[in-house]
Amino acid sequence: MRETGPPAAPPSCRALFAGFFSIGISGFGGVLPWARRMIVERRAWLDAAEFTDLLALCQFLPGPNVINLAVVLGSRFRGRRGALAAVGGLLSGPLVIVSILGVLYARFQHAPVVAHAIAAVAAAASGLIVSMALKLARPLLHDVRALGVAALACAALALLHLPLLTTIAVAAPLGLVLARPS
Amino acid sequence: MIAKLLALAGIFGELSLLAVGGGNTVLPEMQRQVVTVHAWMSAADFAALFALAQASPGPNMLVSTLIGWRVAGLGGAIVATLGMILPSSLLSYAVGHLWTRFRDRAWRRRIQSGITPVTVGLVMAAAILLGEATSRTPADMLVTLAVALITTTTRLNPLWLLGAAAILGAAGLV
Repeated sequence: MRETGPPAAPPSCRALFAGFFSIGISGFGGVLPWARRMIVERRAWLDAAEFTDLLALCQFLPGPNVINLAVVLGSRFRGRRGALAAVGGLLSGPLVIVSILGVLYARFQHAPVVAHAIAAVAAAASGLIVSMALKLARPLLHDVRALGVAALACAALALLHLPLLTTIAVAAPLGLVLARPS
Repeated sequence: MIAKLLALAGIFGELSLLAVGGGNTVLPEMQRQVVTVHAWMSAADFAALFALAQASPGPNMLVSTLIGWRVAGLGGAIVATLGMILPSSLLSYAVGHLWTRFRDRAWRRRIQSGITPVTVGLVMAAAILLGEATSRTPADMLVTLAVALITTTTRLNPLWLLGAAAILGAAGLV
């Protein structure tokens, strides 16, 4: 933890790569808590308020949040090369690991033991998404209009199987009109 | 092959920019495109690839890499991964510098609170559709519900749950 102000010198591209590499390979089922630990607590690249503000931006923008975080933080410190270093660091470890898993799966998926194990892991992975949906929905429970918009978007995709673009084009304006000023 | 690569680039490029509120919101559309529209794989195959991405560290959106690989080999993996990452990253790069200028404006907060319920609905749909694809037996459904309950009520690292499921599955218990 540091006391005030930005670091004397911004981190180098090499430090950005190393820092985001450690985030990428430590985060399972949600990388953002690890990002906070590395950026705020271990390397003190940002203070807590700066991190929260940056996170708000990255959740506001479309795309995978932690990749947006790498782009914005990397470019803020070291421009275009910093952004590339941060994203490269974040993704290089996971890409290698996921590719190895993919190759092994393609090779052995027809072995009954592997097929059964993967089916069970897939069921567990569904459970992780169910839990994420529950956690996200909890803060909306007091707000009937927000819950209505969420239910509408959910039904459009899960029951009517509408395209995402159509769903967002209808639900987002509705959400904006009905949103309570916070 | 070129047609497949172009299709992958189109699908994941669009998903990248439609992923409001994070990557998991686009899982239903990804499944629809890959399973229903293009019939590249079954819903169960899609769920298995998603499980592999969950079992790997890093962003879950690396499922795009696995889908691209399955559809069109190494080239497909590269095209799908870049498609998922590049459009939103370029937008972030462009907007990141402007952010501090408009972060306190009321309209930004209003957009945020209007979009949040949509995001929640999209993740709920992802949960339903993935759950449908993976609940092939009552035991599978039990695993899903147990993991959902444990993850919602405790802070246990999800990797333990995925590992436990793999062992139960390999042992033929679920």
